[in-house]
Amino acid sequence: MSIDGLQQHELQERWLIRGATLPDGTSTDIRLDGRGITELGIGLSQSGASVIDAEGLIALPGLVDLHAHLREPGYEHSETVLSGSRAAARGGFTSVFAMANTLPAQDTAGVVEQVLALGESAGYVDVQPIGAVTVGLAGKQLAELGAMASSKARVRVFSDDGFCVSDPLLMRRALEYVKAFDGVIAQHSQEPRLTENAQMNEGALSGELGLVGWPAVAEESIIARDVLLAEHVGSRLHVCHVSTAGSVDVIRWAKARGINVTAEVTPHHLLLTEDLVRGYDARFKVNPPLRSREDVQALRAGLADGTIDIVATDHAPHPVESKDCEWDAAANGMVGLESALSVVHAAVVATGLLDWADIERVLSRTPARIGRLVGQGNPIAVGSPAELTLYDPAATRVFGREDLAGTSTNSPYLSMTLPGEVRATFHRGYPTVLDGVVRSSLEIADQASGVVVHG
Amino acid sequence: MRHLLSTKDLSRDEAINLLDIAEDMADVAEREVKKLPTLRGKTVVNLFFEDSTRTRISFEAAAKRLSADVINFSAKGSSVSKGESLKDTAQTLAAIGADGVVIRHPASGAPAVLAASGWIDAGIINAGDGTHEHPTQALLDAFTIRRRIHGQASRGTGLDGVSVTIVGDVLHSRVARSNLWLLTTLGADVTFVAPPTLLPSDTSLWPARFSFDLDDAIDAGPDVVMMLRIQTERMHAAFFPSSREYSRVWGLDDARFRRLGPASIVMHPGPMNRGLEISSAAADSANSTVLEQVTNGVSVRMAALYLLLSGDRKESKNVD
Ligand SMILES: [Zn+2]
Repeated sequence: MSIDGLQQHELQERWLIRGATLPDGTSTDIRLDGRGITELGIGLSQSGASVIDAEGLIALPGLVDLHAHLREPGYEHSETVLSGSRAAARGGFTSVFAMANTLPAQDTAGVVEQVLALGESAGYVDVQPIGAVTVGLAGKQLAELGAMASSKARVRVFSDDGFCVSDPLLMRRALEYVKAFDGVIAQHSQEPRLTENAQMNEGALSGELGLVGWPAVAEESIIARDVLLAEHVGSRLHVCHVSTAGSVDVIRWAKARGINVTAEVTPHHLLLTEDLVRGYDARFKVNPPLRSREDVQALRAGLADGTIDIVATDHAPHPVESKDCEWDAAANGMVGLESALSVVHAAVVATGLLDWADIERVLSRTPARIGRLVGQGNPIAVGSPAELTLYDPAATRVFGREDLAGTSTNSPYLSMTLPGEVRATFHRGYPTVLDGVVRSSLEIADQASGVVVHG
Repeated sequence: MRHLLSTKDLSRDEAINLLDIAEDMADVAEREVKKLPTLRGKTVVNLFFEDSTRTRISFEAAAKRLSADVINFSAKGSSVSKGESLKDTAQTLAAIGADGVVIRHPASGAPAVLAASGWIDAGIINAGDGTHEHPTQALLDAFTIRRRIHGQASRGTGLDGVSVTIVGDVLHSRVARSNLWLLTTLGADVTFVAPPTLLPSDTSLWPARFSFDLDDAIDAGPDVVMMLRIQTERMHAAFFPSSREYSRVWGLDDARFRRLGPASIVMHPGPMNRGLEISSAAADSANSTVLEQVTNGVSVRMAALYLLLSGDRKESKNVD
């Protein structure tokens, strides 16, 4: 890939991407003028444009992550909106939904607007705040969902993620209430009593390792309850990070019944199994926990047949000291934005279950639709916003610290060999990643605020 | 042996070798001067993040009989509970120059984390981690059974064909797990008897039999009955209805004790809840090995310390 003739003093950037492969397998040049895709076809004129040779690269619409923890405000030592945005761009994302478990929680219009503004000024991706369902994520009292919906942040996804809205009456009311503005409740499905002090998947291995089990039924029973509640009140439910074979069955049943439910799976639940817990290495501690080989197979099959709608990262940064300790004391969660596409590639593309058109659907189009996000998740077509990712599917690499672009390094993939690499990401017509390198925060902030960058 | 973290890692030959060395150590205890110079100049730290006076003094006696210097670091109620991490504590012990660390920790896997961390280069002995393992307890149990069965001819033998029934809170018991792996490695047949709530939900990978009926298990005439301690906190967490019902259904009471064969062995890792999981008649009988277990614990721990710490650790570094 090379860049020729980057023009100085241009009011808007013009890019010509040569010979990219679209998700349907066809080859095309792609011209970006300013914020939009203006031309597709073979042999397009490069006049006035910087040229990227995309021979052998797949062009995907910018990826959309419906579930990431950006930690700001409150936990800036783990991640900030800026650093998390950078990690997202590195992974090929152009939009990230920021989970509500910040401090203060994203439970008021003021906080969600603050996070929105932080995302705007960072400029790497669209940061779409998620609103808390309950005040302080405490599960007692509904947060001001309407105020967040009508704020500048236009919140449509509400979640207490990290906690389950376990009170059935509160869950019913939340599902009902968000119908007023076409919202959705994204549930972290975990029956709290069945998972007190839970440390890993409950099964033969937890019994051997002496770690308190997190039984599959604690997830499945909440999903079963919630799909029935969603049916009863005629609302929209989204199930976060589905992790068990039984959950896939329940959701398949609910969809067959016509219930308006969508579901996500994380990259790590598609690739990793509980066997990694054997050495008590806390990098593999995550909630919901890594499950069995059979669960992983069922999740892959569920994603392939559409039972599971999307992949979302559950990017969960933590400082070193939260993982450099005994298992029980360690925090749950893994960073995942930078590695997501490669991990999904390894888990479901390399295994022949999904093709790149499916990847476009599960990592861009459908997450944008579930989150009611305009300007994201559109196909690569003339008139679409200039949000796209160039991915080299033939690359292979030992995933390392240098592949991480956020504040935290709690990746389970360090020193694993992963396929593929994001070579470039375009957001609002400008590159946030070029030649596989994330552009500097200052350059991107300038671009985001409309300042002309000199080549 | 570089560390002793789990009995699952021990081969039959390693286990028998350790038990044989413990026999040698037991012989030393019979002598007038009970001390060996073997670990002179070595420092052993007892790092206890959980109270257990019994286990700590057993390790302390073992290390002292081998002439090691002993530092007792009771981390419970000290800076550790105020947020000092396992990592900081380990690095402190490394700086002090600990050659061996005997660690008791409420978190399963903490000794393994310590051994793999690179924070400290000492040999690590797991003295009980959460609900995972307690390897020296199982070794002293195996030693005790072997001595009762083979007496002076114990050296070099396993426990082939010996039937051992382990009764009680298997789910939360590190003693049960360590005994499972060690006793089966040595050739014993293990049966667990417990209420279903106190067994792991999936025991398919455990090389043992399982039963909910203590009377059946007693009438099968086991060579060994090992009663596990029932923790008082389990009584309030819906694992069983009441302590009275527990002792009636799952306890080794006088009637059940009398039905055991005359040569059968009654064991308990201590401390006992007399009248709950075991009756006084059973605990104080000639069949009971409760006090022998305590005595043998010192010999077995001497053997473990000897295997880990004698000789040049730098040379054995890459062998494990
Ligand atoms: Zn969650």
